[in-house]
Amino acid sequence: MKISYFPGCTLKTMAKNFEDSALASLSSLDIEMKEFKRWNCCGTVYSLTSDDLIHQVAPIRNLIRVKEEKDTRVVTLCSMCYNTLKRANKLVKEDSEKLDKLNNLMDREDVKYNGEVEVLHLLEILKNEVGFSQIAKKIKIPLKGLKVAPYYGCLLLRPPEVGIDDPERPTILKDFLGSVGAEAIDYPYETECCASYHTVVNVDLVVERAYDILNSAINRGAEAIVLSCPLCDFNLDNRQKEIKEKFSDFKGIPIFYFTQLLALSLGLDEKVCRFELNFVDPRPLLRSKHLIGEV
Amino acid sequence: MRTEISIKNTKSKFLDKVEELSGENIYACYQCGKCSAGCPSISEMDISPNEIIRLVQLGEEKEVLNSKAIWICASCFTCVTRCPKGVDLAKIMESLRQITLRKNVDYVNPLSISKEVLSQVPQIALVSSLRKFSS
Amino acid sequence: MSRIGVFVCHCGLNIAGTVDVEKIAKLISDYPGVVYATDYMYMCSDPGQDMIKEVVKEKNLDGVVVAACSPTMHETTFRNTVASVGLNPYRCEIANIREQCSWVHQENKKKATEKAVKIIEAIIEKLKLDKSLIPLSVPITKRALVIGGGIAGIQASLDIADSGYEVVLVEKNQSIGGHMLQLSETFPTLDCPQCIATPKMVQVGQHPKIKLLAYSEVEEVSGYVGNFKVKIRRKAAFVDWDRCTGCGLCMEKCPVRVPSEFDELLSKRKAIYTLFPQAVPNKPVIDADNCIYFTKGKCRACEKNCSVKAIDFEQKDTFVEEDIGAIIVATGYDLMNKAEISEYGSGEYEDVIDGLQIERLLCPSGPTGGIPYRPSDGKIPKEVVFIQCVGSRDPEHYYPYCSKICCMYTVKQAMLYKHAVPDGQAYVFYMDIRCNGKGYEEFLQRGIEEDRILYLRGRVSKVFKDRDKIKVWGADTLTGRKIEISADMVVLATAMIPSKGAKKIAEKLRLATDDYSFLTEAHPKLRPVESLTAGYFLAGAAQGPKDIPETVAQASGAASKVLSLFSKDELSHEPIIASVDEEVCVGCGSCVSICAYEAIELDSLTKKARVNPAICEGCGACSAACPSGAMQQNNFNKRQILEMVDAFTKD
Repeated sequence: MKISYFPGCTLKTMAKNFEDSALASLSSLDIEMKEFKRWNCCGTVYSLTSDDLIHQVAPIRNLIRVKEEKDTRVVTLCSMCYNTLKRANKLVKEDSEKLDKLNNLMDREDVKYNGEVEVLHLLEILKNEVGFSQIAKKIKIPLKGLKVAPYYGCLLLRPPEVGIDDPERPTILKDFLGSVGAEAIDYPYETECCASYHTVVNVDLVVERAYDILNSAINRGAEAIVLSCPLCDFNLDNRQKEIKEKFSDFKGIPIFYFTQLLALSLGLDEKVCRFELNFVDPRPLLRSKHLIGEV
Repeated sequence: MRTEISIKNTKSKFLDKVEELSGENIYACYQCGKCSAGCPSISEMDISPNEIIRLVQLGEEKEVLNSKAIWICASCFTCVTRCPKGVDLAKIMESLRQITLRKNVDYVNPLSISKEVLSQVPQIALVSSLRKFSS
Repeated sequence: MSRIGVFVCHCGLNIAGTVDVEKIAKLISDYPGVVYATDYMYMCSDPGQDMIKEVVKEKNLDGVVVAACSPTMHETTFRNTVASVGLNPYRCEIANIREQCSWVHQENKKKATEKAVKIIEAIIEKLKLDKSLIPLSVPITKRALVIGGGIAGIQASLDIADSGYEVVLVEKNQSIGGHMLQLSETFPTLDCPQCIATPKMVQVGQHPKIKLLAYSEVEEVSGYVGNFKVKIRRKAAFVDWDRCTGCGLCMEKCPVRVPSEFDELLSKRKAIYTLFPQAVPNKPVIDADNCIYFTKGKCRACEKNCSVKAIDFEQKDTFVEEDIGAIIVATGYDLMNKAEISEYGSGEYEDVIDGLQIERLLCPSGPTGGIPYRPSDGKIPKEVVFIQCVGSRDPEHYYPYCSKICCMYTVKQAMLYKHAVPDGQAYVFYMDIRCNGKGYEEFLQRGIEEDRILYLRGRVSKVFKDRDKIKVWGADTLTGRKIEISADMVVLATAMIPSKGAKKIAEKLRLATDDYSFLTEAHPKLRPVESLTAGYFLAGAAQGPKDIPETVAQASGAASKVLSLFSKDELSHEPIIASVDEEVCVGCGSCVSICAYEAIELDSLTKKARVNPAICEGCGACSAACPSGAMQQNNFNKRQILEMVDAFTKD
């Protein structure tokens, strides 16, 4: 299978561990991720005011470029990119007037867009096209005994009309964990917001949110968290430094991108996981479970 | 002190603007409080989410626009998902922020962000933060 | 010697959990007169009843005691059980060992068991002296009286008449229709009440089985279920309705102008008048208190202009007597007088009006043609405040109950106001919004979302006049603010109370009412349309605040109760009633005065008390009051009661 791929900015910089582990895993599952040309920033947040068309230009231009390459589907890994592209696409599908205006606002794009590109998140591909049962058959190193709490955050699930699963009781990450042989931990904070972009100017707010989320998972027996958003990842992983400064009882917990666990279970070279980019080093945990070799 | 309510409040430009920008019927909110009950950031807010809508219904422009709450809201859409009346509070919060930002008033001045922070945080955090907080 | 069988019920663990039922059955089987005793899990079940029947036949029993729950639950069940195998049903008694024993003595099982034995023994002693009784048969007059010609009375009358029975419908006003005809539109569908109610009114007027007595009042009722005698006063209209053609010329020529009650004092009417153009019957009456001829002795303009000579200044009240089998009371409601509420202006501000007044202002056929010009200066009010729960839910000052319809009619009124004045603003002060009917919540949300009615959660503390505005001081407890609104008009949703004449009628009919004169139903859940007195049925707001759909449903319910009564040719009456031993009676009359049902009278010749068995409800008050012991209650006579006391108190 070959599919058009939108990486987004952060996967090319801070979240290389996300991209590298994803690309390696997908290639081993015979999926070719075709990064389309001249992609630009998705806009990061979907504009919520009715009159703001200019902020829809970026996401729609990306979809036009997918169309220019004669593709009808595009996959993203980052939850924020997924949400922004999917909502912008939904907007133009439902509002032909806005679609016309956006087409007119384009510059070097010759193709007229009609909302025909389908925006997908990688988890949807894994679930619906590869199939979790197929993944279970292909894994070489089941992540046996690894207790992982899925963290969905906001933008994979909400608002419901673009979410990839039930917004209140999602199971897609839990099902994914099952397919790679890990044990999923149930806890009430799996869909609670991590305070997102507040991490730039209001670290305190993020620390409070992240502490609640991580502590809840730890108290339910989680040894690690799995997620799919580089911003959530930053808040839950890198901000553990600030969490520890504020909450002396906080023990720390490794955070994985789901693709890192996928690569690991498929038996790929540990290097593709780029664990050195994880803020909390997950390798001691993995070693203790005999999932990676000794140093 | 008594709050005077009149047709000036109920038919104010402010209310019209919020409804126009958000595309939401402010009167659709019946003040059940489910948004506040589920808001992950309510402890940091000075005015609870349902009260923000209530104040908009009452045309209390200044109090709403001067609140901290509208900037604390991170558009997590928890309230949007659960609202029994289908009121998109995230859109209302965004319109309230926009009313200030569109006067060329920044909530966060991009120049005030330190180099250290700039080098530390991921792009999506930076871009989304500035999208939400600066004009 | 008696041949009594005793059947002890476990009632699951309700009885058996506390009382040792097996032990009781063993002990009782040795009691004098008992030939058989047993226990069983559920006596009221089919197998339990079958067991009783078998034993009655097998042991040739002459009496049965079922030791079980209260007789209010299953006395009828077990009496029917024994009757089916030939035993007189009054030879079956219930010993209540659940409500009066196991449920209240759970902490002491031993003593509870002892008490249960005593209860059963006492009942056995009573049973030994019980007579075999036969229910009385009373003939029935299949004619109904309906009091009140509002929508409840109209509906009940039509249902009964359409089933082929005669109805006498008595209405105190000159036309039927009631409050419904005053309303603007009806929630939640905004039907025009005149459009939906007038066809029913016309049906009543034309129905061959309905005798409509408008401008009439019930004067006196005697008799009992199936056999009432009702005296009705036909008030003098001073117009011969048989001659009157309803042309209306008399009203046109009348020089008097007084406030119209139908328009809630918001317009003027003549001294000779009908209520509204579609009135049934459409005949006028002269208001003697305001007529110039009656007050000053001259004028007679109406008479001069009546071509059929229908005006009759000499007319007097007349009386008719009707034989009636069942009575439906549908006397309706009024609104509490706003003058009683001083913090809202004591009724002195013209622009502070009540719920029915705004109905007239919003009614397309009302005095302002549906445009709500305010009463003081006729200006169109641009800001209108509606205040809910005025007098309702205020146990400290007025009425503790919820008037039930105000939440909905306030939404409707605010909505209609907005339809009439699109650039106006409606505010509603409320405590809770109660929308518990079909389509009601949706109607409210439509009012808020589409008509932008601003709801403010809080009671209004004070209303006062400030130049040409009415200032309203209220609160919005959602934000914790004190609110001030300068309104052009204020509408008070005043409490719903029973109609003015209702209390007097309830007294005449000897019907039970609550503290506020709403009629009391026989059972709040299971007998909601019956009165406590046999033969009387309740419909509409006379029984408690209710809206039109509920009123109509209740009216049809009351009618169906009447029809089920009329479906029999004779009424069966409980034989457990009082009877007099004439040898002993001294004619003191204590029983006559204590009887709540007027079932006893002193024979004019013998001066002995005489019980009318058809009226006696068997309450026992007379036998308790009788100083000589002449008055005894069947199967509850003095000897029986003393035997029971002995059984209880013996060691």
